[in-house]
Amino acid sequence: MALLEIRNLTRCFGDFKAVDDVSLSIEAGEFFTLLGPSGCGKTTILRMIAGFDEPDGGELLLDGRSLAGIAPEKRPVHTVFQSYALFPHMTVAQNIAFPLQMAGTEHAEITARVRQTLDLVHLVDKARQFPHELSGGQKQRVALARGLINKPRLLLLDEPLGALDAKLREQMKDELIALQREVGITFVFVTHAQQEALAISHRIAVMNEGRIEQVGAPEQIYGYPKNRFVADFIGTINLLPVAVDSVGEGALRLSAAGLGAITCAAASGVGVGEHGVLALRPEQLALLAGNERHGFDNHFVGTVRDQLYLGDVTVYRVALDNGVVLEALLANCLPGRARSLAPGDVVVVGWPRDAGVLLHD
Amino acid sequence: MTERPSAGAGRSGGGERLTRWLVSLPPTLFLLLFFLAPALLMLAASFRQPGDFGGLAPLLVDGRLNLSLETYRFFFGDWIYAEIFLRSFLVAAATTLICLLLAYPLALLIARSERRRRDVLVLLVILPFASNFLIRVYAWIIVLGPFDLLYTPLAVIAGMVYVHLPFMILPLYTNLEKHDPALLEAAQDLGAGGWTRFRRITLPLSMPGIWSGSALVFIPVLGMFAIPELLGGTRDILVGNLIKEQFLDNRDWPLGSTLSMLLTAAVLALAAIAVRAGRPRRGTA
Repeated sequence: MALLEIRNLTRCFGDFKAVDDVSLSIEAGEFFTLLGPSGCGKTTILRMIAGFDEPDGGELLLDGRSLAGIAPEKRPVHTVFQSYALFPHMTVAQNIAFPLQMAGTEHAEITARVRQTLDLVHLVDKARQFPHELSGGQKQRVALARGLINKPRLLLLDEPLGALDAKLREQMKDELIALQREVGITFVFVTHAQQEALAISHRIAVMNEGRIEQVGAPEQIYGYPKNRFVADFIGTINLLPVAVDSVGEGALRLSAAGLGAITCAAASGVGVGEHGVLALRPEQLALLAGNERHGFDNHFVGTVRDQLYLGDVTVYRVALDNGVVLEALLANCLPGRARSLAPGDVVVVGWPRDAGVLLHD
Repeated sequence: MTERPSAGAGRSGGGERLTRWLVSLPPTLFLLLFFLAPALLMLAASFRQPGDFGGLAPLLVDGRLNLSLETYRFFFGDWIYAEIFLRSFLVAAATTLICLLLAYPLALLIARSERRRRDVLVLLVILPFASNFLIRVYAWIIVLGPFDLLYTPLAVIAGMVYVHLPFMILPLYTNLEKHDPALLEAAQDLGAGGWTRFRRITLPLSMPGIWSGSALVFIPVLGMFAIPELLGGTRDILVGNLIKEQFLDNRDWPLGSTLSMLLTAAVLALAAIAVRAGRPRRGTA
């Protein structure tokens, strides 16, 4: 049985369906992420799990029991708020002790567990400080400690890394992963940052306009997006309009207008004559000099339009003969070779048949 | 010796300092002239002798300073004055407490209502100021008359509470309105019920508002003479009445000044305690 079962959850604000018939099950011990653009309903789901908002339809089952009508303070679910919401008049230790005091834990045990939890988040020396004396990352860790100390069944995290600068965000990502592994508590994480979601989650639900577009492990979501929204939202992707010519043994023959035949790995449920797009990640494309020998199933001539130097990689935009512009990445393995291709250069764009995913219209 | 770099170091340093002086000069002059000087005059007057028809006797008599501690001796020699002081403090404390109990829920209600409605509600709180203070107190004579409550300590406290309530509501509201609602959600999320949320979050965070509201009520009530004069009986006179009597009826300015000085000293001592206790704890709004 799943730890949290979300069944046909719906929430409307006036005519606007913030959450539209969402069903999910989250397993115990999972690091589960709700990912989507702002306004997609992910925070509304979180607030309904916490109890701050009531669903208009559907139900939430925690350990098989319905959460309907249970006040937020009675739910074994704690939240790490986006703004941290640390109590400004309490010290770090008092903030962390709060949930235990609410639970009526004995004084001696509170002291011991606060110490233990401070240790877990590396804040032992900050116990007597007040929140405003802490840095962003330290506040973040206090909020985490406060959410975890009473061992909730679920810890909800509402964009907790949003307020941190890039460097700190990287570091907190690692800490979150380590922390979740160590305490074994189920995390439900909400974010609009796809990089973050890919890095920390066991599973991701991609949301758009109140609905779930796809649920799966990060590599599934990234590698096999189910539709254009997911493909486009996660990372960068090239979409090449194609039609299905023939369905063969282990391979599909596609044709792109003005380019010619493309071979692609077989996909289920594809019929001859269908139209769609072939979704190709920039890193799946190889750029070769015109006379270079290669073994790619698919290769087309194009012209370099422009380049974007990013340090670790250089992004090239290459226009194919039919006018479609593809983005390709070249890793900058050797310094000094970073800009080996210049705008105007004629190149060959190649990719193997198992690269790319066919998305139907 | 090298000069220590100042905050506004650089070319603008001198100009900035000049601006600061020019800006702070008028209020400083005003306070010196109209607050400190009269207070010092009163302090001096408390050691002088009363004039024959009010005012003060000449400072120099036969080439000697005509000063004494007589009025202070008089005050501390008679229990009645201490009793009036004590009664005034009790009335002020009771008024402050009642104001606090009435104002807190109201301020909380305003602070938690819709943003657009808050301004209207605040306006309603200060609406009584639109009419004259004395007229409003006279109105209480009409209100209390039929209930046989007029000229009782109860009438005095009712009048005091009525007049000073806005001074408690406004600082409380200003404080409560700034509270981050996420704190209450966090407390609830972590297991705190309604009463606990109030006791552990809202109340401690509102302490600065409670202290400033209390000071704004307690101190004026202590010196108030109009309300006890109009609504209180003859046995209920407070320090304010006593002081007024010395100046206007008994023509004993030195005693009046002494009473004022002692009252000021008491208030300052209390204020010092209040500031200490109410010093916004680190991080409170």
